Amino acid sequence: MRFMLLFSRQGKLRLQKWYTATAERDKKKMVRELMQVVLARKPKMCSFLEWRDLKIVYKRYASLYFCCAVEEQDNELITLEVIHRFVELLDKYFGSVCELDIIFNFEKAYFILDEFLMGGEIQDTSKKSVLKAIEQADLLQEVRVCDSLNWCPCAVHFSMPTTNKCERVSSVICVCLSSACLSQEDESPRSVLEEMGLA
Amino acid sequence: MALKIVKGSIDRMFDKNLQDLVRGIRNHKEDEAKYISTCIDEIKQELKQDNIAVKANAVCKLTYLQMLGYDISWAAFNIVEVMSSSKFTYKRIGYLAASQCFHEGTDVIMLTTNQIRKDLSSPNQYDTGVALTGLSCFVTPDLARDLANDIMTLMSHTKPYIRKKAVLIMYKVFLKYPESLRPAFPRLKEKLEDPDPGVQSAAVNVICELARRNPKNYLSLAPLFFKLMTSSTNNWVLIKIIKLFGALTPLEPRLGKKLIEPLTNLIHSRLVITLHRASVEKNVCLIGLVLPIVCVCVCVSNAVLISLSSGMPNHSASIQLCVQKLRILIEDSDQNLKYLGLLAMSKILKTHPKSVQSHKDLILQCLDDKDESIRLRALDLLYGMVSKKNLMEIVKKLMLHVDKAEGTTYRDELLTKIIDICSQSNYQYITNFEWYISILVELTRLEGTRHGHLIASQMLDVAIRVKAIRGFAVAQMAMLLDSGHLLTGNMQRNGICEVLYAAAWICGEFSEHLDDPMQTLEAMLRPKVASLPGHIQAVYVQNAAKLFATVLQKHEGATDSQAAQDTSQLLIERLPLFVQSANLEVQERASCILQLVKYIQKLQQKDVEVAEEVSALFAGELNPVAPKAQKKVPVPEGLDLDAWINEPPSESESEDEKPKAVFAKEEPKQSRARHIEVDEKELARRREARKQEQANNPFYIKSSPSSQKVYQDAPGVEHIPVVQIDLSVPLKVPGMPMSEQYLKLEEERRQKERADKKKKDKKKKKREKRGKGKRDDSGPESEEDITPAHQVDIVTEEMPENALPSDDDDKDPNDPHKALDIDLDKYVPSAENTLHKVTVCMLHAEKQGDLSITRHFLV
Repeated sequence: MRFMLLFSRQGKLRLQKWYTATAERDKKKMVRELMQVVLARKPKMCSFLEWRDLKIVYKRYASLYFCCAVEEQDNELITLEVIHRFVELLDKYFGSVCELDIIFNFEKAYFILDEFLMGGEIQDTSKKSVLKAIEQADLLQEVRVCDSLNWCPCAVHFSMPTTNKCERVSSVICVCLSSACLSQEDESPRSVLEEMGLA
Repeated sequence: MALKIVKGSIDRMFDKNLQDLVRGIRNHKEDEAKYISTCIDEIKQELKQDNIAVKANAVCKLTYLQMLGYDISWAAFNIVEVMSSSKFTYKRIGYLAASQCFHEGTDVIMLTTNQIRKDLSSPNQYDTGVALTGLSCFVTPDLARDLANDIMTLMSHTKPYIRKKAVLIMYKVFLKYPESLRPAFPRLKEKLEDPDPGVQSAAVNVICELARRNPKNYLSLAPLFFKLMTSSTNNWVLIKIIKLFGALTPLEPRLGKKLIEPLTNLIHSRLVITLHRASVEKNVCLIGLVLPIVCVCVCVSNAVLISLSSGMPNHSASIQLCVQKLRILIEDSDQNLKYLGLLAMSKILKTHPKSVQSHKDLILQCLDDKDESIRLRALDLLYGMVSKKNLMEIVKKLMLHVDKAEGTTYRDELLTKIIDICSQSNYQYITNFEWYISILVELTRLEGTRHGHLIASQMLDVAIRVKAIRGFAVAQMAMLLDSGHLLTGNMQRNGICEVLYAAAWICGEFSEHLDDPMQTLEAMLRPKVASLPGHIQAVYVQNAAKLFATVLQKHEGATDSQAAQDTSQLLIERLPLFVQSANLEVQERASCILQLVKYIQKLQQKDVEVAEEVSALFAGELNPVAPKAQKKVPVPEGLDLDAWINEPPSESESEDEKPKAVFAKEEPKQSRARHIEVDEKELARRREARKQEQANNPFYIKSSPSSQKVYQDAPGVEHIPVVQIDLSVPLKVPGMPMSEQYLKLEEERRQKERADKKKKDKKKKKREKRGKGKRDDSGPESEEDITPAHQVDIVTEEMPENALPSDDDDKDPNDPHKALDIDLDKYVPSAENTLHKVTVCMLHAEKQGDLSITRHFLV
């Protein structure tokens, strides 16, 4: 696989992953061209098209287009299945994933993709093992976050030295932020898979 | 001090994190660019701080901005800093940023080598994991060389999580550093039998990718893969393995024989089941479908090999099965299935055209599909389905599509396909070249196509190689030159006006077939021609000279010296337009010919017969030359192309010479000025002389402001009829035969022929009486029954003696996979198999279409 793109119906890029090193200018040009071509296609058309010397396999989930570029000899259906598997993984991880999840946690989406595909090849075909790896890495990250909360302003200001309280403070902050973040959103977050009737 | 720390912390409390940034961007929809530039300024401030957490946050935000299309290469060093943090949280962000924005040109990459090595040997498997993932995106040849050994050790790590990543990344390493393939291969092979399914599938993936490019080096693994195929339950792995077998079977026919049974079983079972499920629940069974499709293709290629090697009788049955199943796919309402069905069909077509041909109706139907992807696939299939019998009919249908097609890209695709279909295997299927020429002429109606050159080269090819058609072709080309509708279109290079290149050349070269060469000559010298691209004008000028020769001969044959002189006069009047051309080629040819004609005119005035000599300039036949012929010319024995003809001057010599240049001390300015002076005097004198001469010359027409007027006044031109063309009806080029006419004629002819044959057959039968059993003459006519309309002999392209038409130098020398073509069973590294000796020829290769340039004439 050469690259994978996620973009919205409005033509906003949500995720891009390139498996061959490409110059920034070429990337931009390719993304723009490809988005035009894909967005112009009608919903009833097939998911494959030839573009330059590549085969493009795309699928639309709700308002998001998942678009992969593969080489001439690669199998189209397996690519389609890769896309579907990736969506399933996102869905499992975020719990009925929507476009906003990917916008706000875009680094997580990358981490999941990296656990699933590496260098453009499928790394693990088992959903379970991918999710397990991600969860464990996340766990590792959370623990470290709490360790690093020594600089946490609350901890300094309110002089709460114990890690226990510190954790609570940080989780409170997180809750605050996340609820604020959600309440501000104007777009209704709908599950991607739900909309496709696949939930 | 403490206060400062606290203050700093509080400030940071209000730093934007990623969520804030995203939200901010969404809230500033109108002035997004401005908002982001303030954000970038903030990020720059954050990056200056020592706190790694702040830096990581900044880098995280940058990664987001990078996705939006902002350049973040200036922060590359900070990314490396974050990567080298000991904390996983930051390391993860650092590697993510690096994998998104580093590429081979990033100079800080060389700083990362030791950091990556450290991470690879980290006790924490996730540290190693992110390092491997990141590396897979930005591995450079240097990194690959330095880290290959470390990654190789990781391939036998105790944790399967690391093993599978290490195995996968080896493929990237091989591509960047091919030397690592040989030492790593035994271990890679080992991993095919790894207890962990993830590692196993990773190893299969890597070996399949390697083998697809250079299959012969991996034949020895076939038994191992066969075992995997029969034992594995993982569909993803199965697909890869079957694909690998697809690449291996052409090299080892016995393998195909062994495979055919399990594969046919797979088609029988899976395709039926999955198709049933497909109609019920569309999205679920994709993976199940992948398999049979691949099977079909592989199975077919196997079957072919078997039929070749052992003549097994039942392979046609299995092919029939494939094709039938594919038909079900194509008929399905799901567009994806339709597409894949057509794709698989085209693979069968390559080996078994007969079995696909029976589904012509279905494929023609797909040509009407709304989806362009599907139409293109159907077009691919048509290529293999034509026969002498149905070619005209299929092309007729395609021509209809050309008229209807909306997008230019699809129309261009149709155009190339029509030409491909007709010209395939040396015009094998064309029975009537007049029809083909008229199709080509009809194609010139397309406006805005990029394939003018293609049509032009076809016209040239047919006119040169099919001698019988020249008369007709010349008439058609003269019509094209005359009609001028091509002149009105856009004049860009490779547009439809390229056709005029061919038309002019054909009319010039085969001018003996022209009915009215004078009219064509006049058409070629119209002032409007000057708006054509330079290379076409050049051909016009050159071929006007050829036509001139023909016209002269005609007139002298009829002893009409006045008409001959008029022709010269016409050329003398019109050529100056081309002499003024900005294009050097046009200018050179035009002035050359102009002088020639002037000289001829002088001779004509003395009543000298010149036609014979003028046509001698263009005597002789031009033979078609194969495009590769020049390359194939063997280097004569004893000729060393690398040897110097003259010893190059030694460097020290040339350096010494320069300052000592003999004329350097003279004042260059003066000498030059004097030179110009002389020139001007000389010029003035010449001008005077010329004026005198012109005044005495009765044939010199005094300069008049408009060339149009000259044209009106010029003697001998009035009798040329100027055809008025109604351009409001662009679809029908007036006076041109429509191809449909030929279709009808051809059908009639064939029917007549068939009738004749039947008569003959009956007579024969009567004579033979009961010689042999029944002969089936009621069935459809076979290929051999159709005889071409004209006795056509297609001249083959010339090749140097002893040169073989097939050659192996078509491969792209820049293909990265070529370096990986290493015989893994040998243990001695061999360098010569990757290097091809390139022979250099002194002569320049000439393009086939450029024949007219090859012949220069001297005045």
